[in-house]
Amino acid sequence: MAADRSGLPSLGPEPAFRFPEIHRTVLANGLRVWTVPHRQVPLVALLALVPVGASSDPGDRPGLAAITGDMLDEGAGDRSALDVHEALGRIGAQLDLEVGHDATVLALTTLERYVDRGLELIRDMLVRPRFEQREFDRVRDLRLNRLLQLKDMPPALADRAFTQLLYRNHPYGHLPIGSEGALRALMIRDIAAFHRRAFVPARTTVIAVGDASREALTEAVANAFEHWSADADGPIADPETFPEPAVPPSRLALVHRAGAAQSELRLGHVALSRKSPDYHAALVANMVLGGQFVSRINMNLREDKGYTYGARTAFEFRRAPGPFVLHASVQSDATADALREAIGEIRAIRGERPITRAELELGRASLTRGYPRSFETADQIARGAAQLALYDLPDDYFSTFIPKVLSLDEAAVTAAAFQHIDPARLLTVVVGDRDKLMPSLRALELGDVADVSVT
Amino acid sequence: MNIPYTKHTLPNGLDVLIHEDHSVPIVAVNLWYHVGSKNETPGRTGFAHLFEHLMFEGSQHYDRGYFHPLQEAGASLNGSTNADRTNYWEVVPTNAIDLALWMESDRMGYLLPALTDAKFANQREVVLNERRQNYENRPYGLAGMAIVAALYPEQHPYHWLTIGDADDIRAAHIDDVRAFFQRYYHPRNASLALAGDIDAEQGLALASRYFEEIPGGETPPRVMVPALAPRQEDVRLVLEDRVELPRLYLAWHAPALFADGDAELDLIAEVLSSGKTSRLYRALVYEQRIATEVAASQNSREAGSFFQVVATAAPGRTLAEVERAIAREMGSLVEKGPTDIELERCLAQAEAHFLFRLQTVGGFGGKSDQLNAYNTFLGDPGYFDRDLERYRSATPAALRAAAARHLTARGRVVLSVVPRGRLALALPDSQPVAVS
Repeated sequence: MAADRSGLPSLGPEPAFRFPEIHRTVLANGLRVWTVPHRQVPLVALLALVPVGASSDPGDRPGLAAITGDMLDEGAGDRSALDVHEALGRIGAQLDLEVGHDATVLALTTLERYVDRGLELIRDMLVRPRFEQREFDRVRDLRLNRLLQLKDMPPALADRAFTQLLYRNHPYGHLPIGSEGALRALMIRDIAAFHRRAFVPARTTVIAVGDASREALTEAVANAFEHWSADADGPIADPETFPEPAVPPSRLALVHRAGAAQSELRLGHVALSRKSPDYHAALVANMVLGGQFVSRINMNLREDKGYTYGARTAFEFRRAPGPFVLHASVQSDATADALREAIGEIRAIRGERPITRAELELGRASLTRGYPRSFETADQIARGAAQLALYDLPDDYFSTFIPKVLSLDEAAVTAAAFQHIDPARLLTVVVGDRDKLMPSLRALELGDVADVSVT
Repeated sequence: MNIPYTKHTLPNGLDVLIHEDHSVPIVAVNLWYHVGSKNETPGRTGFAHLFEHLMFEGSQHYDRGYFHPLQEAGASLNGSTNADRTNYWEVVPTNAIDLALWMESDRMGYLLPALTDAKFANQREVVLNERRQNYENRPYGLAGMAIVAALYPEQHPYHWLTIGDADDIRAAHIDDVRAFFQRYYHPRNASLALAGDIDAEQGLALASRYFEEIPGGETPPRVMVPALAPRQEDVRLVLEDRVELPRLYLAWHAPALFADGDAELDLIAEVLSSGKTSRLYRALVYEQRIATEVAASQNSREAGSFFQVVATAAPGRTLAEVERAIAREMGSLVEKGPTDIELERCLAQAEAHFLFRLQTVGGFGGKSDQLNAYNTFLGDPGYFDRDLERYRSATPAALRAAAARHLTARGRVVLSVVPRGRLALALPDSQPVAVS
């Protein structure tokens, strides 16, 4: 039978998919153990989540949580820094230590036959880091050098300026890596104290996903962690109690970069938190506006105008309201035009060009039909489960995602767009050449252009 | 690691590889064309990649952009071009396999009737912006161009990077698209892999249904690759860039992908820079603290590889110190080889990385991509076990011999990238190069 090219083939019936079920237990010390068998490849993904991140940095110590995370693998338990890494290498482990605004995550993937050795290493890093002065001095120097190098990277400059201006004097008002001055002032005892305050079993979730039974995985985690006893040495602020950020002093800020080949753009404002009942509707609205290739903004800026290699928008969901933000890097002489078009699209979705039925269906379908794809690997499943742990989402979260998205109509999604995307509140940050850009930026009528330098 | 598959060649020459994995209701469609920037000629560089962009702009029977119906079906999709091949992939829910094959086959068979000047002009601008974003406006972003230009003579097809020269991209003409399509984009120069929730028989029937009507075309002639004259002396170059810290690049010619010595050099790269206990990291970053980062890699390619070591000097330290420390560590590796313990660690890492890549059916580096890589470069999609065996059978003596043979201290390309106006920070006697 030859292909019929008179139209696209229709989709078959939706395939059934059983979302992974998480087996949950709590150890006597309060540590939560979540496991999921995943039998495709002889690997196991181990993940420890501590819901304390850069938003818990003291006001005068931005970067404390991140460097604490970075010190966990620099000597732990009976092993020196080099011995930790030799042990990781010998089990072929891939280790990621990530400190975000709301959480610290240690993720380690290894061959299933090394699951006990992997857990022992994670346990030692989490529970018994050595925090030695010599290693700290070296790690801090590397971070300072990294900060120096970030000064040459337009995306890093844009993120830093955007974050600082959008959340002034707020726990979300700095990037996790912190600032040069604060890093220089930090002492090893600050780190040890922060660790005692943040890293306690009652706050921690350990997730194991991989090629073993749920009983075997649970037992392996319990064996590694059951003897950890520690009480929090001081409070950690709950992001849900964070104050509302102040309104930024100007709407348009420029970070000068002489002779830049492109302008790096960020546009956005504070939006909603992960626990908001509007979460699903906001996701769909973003798919229409800028969440994927075929969204309005990319089709306009890239496919119609050719101003950029790509433009995307996203809601960054956190425990307290995170930003809605547009990211793009555009050719210098099209900077003002690109901003005008982007702001125009953001404005239009709330009124003059509301979300159509076809767009709604496209946005919903992309989210729901693509959903099973995010449960293919052990690491993906572990990270999905970590979201449930961090944001306190219900047990049936995975299996209710699709029906919840499909239940949204144009009115609900338009209402979410209206509520959570507001052109009048947009803060625009441009990293580019001041002399080339200033006249056209002034013509945008976004008020005075604040000439900012990034610290 | 056994990845069972079937292989059939359609009458028009298209190879169809199918691997069943029913664990998630998704299917990966992965299509390789055996063409990349090494098929270009000087003055016309960047074209294979520009062409890849046009493959997403619509074809005769669906001329409204490639992404829309697939994203609506829940697919993720992308494509990429390198020196040796161009690949395109979709990962779709099981019920959209017909759609994905229809779309891939329509652009293989019927791209040109939908091609317009406007699309061409638009994507040329997009690619120029991609180049600005990823090369021109990025610290150290132009170093790779300076390296390959010095490693390979002007007529050699690896003399330029896949992104190409900006002037060449601007000068590209829509007629070139037609010629390129006819020469390279046809079943006989392609390999289709399906992996995931599909049975082999049904997969083959679907592949036949959508692709067999497309004329086979002729196998393109092999690219002529001039022999590389052995060099007796290093080439020392310096490039000024908008950077804070000077960085040193060392590059050597190395055996081609899958050739003798390729896997050994991969393992040597691990011994040198994978993890904090690797030789270069430990010496330069951990103990002496003269560098902020160091990376060694074997960049394996079909017609010849290059081995590279990159290190960034710590503030106040010189590239000369960095170079000496690298030479010392590599000299000792050449002289004594790795220890058994080092090799054991690197093998565990190599095996784990091999498995990490095979966790997904699709995307870059997943099972379907790997089946096509083996099929395109070796004619054997089932090369998984033998590939892994290349690493498992390596010995300290073999690594030492490979290092001694290929990574000698002379005949390297040595590039210093220094902050603008600070040429004195380069290694002595470096010749300035201009790249844009």
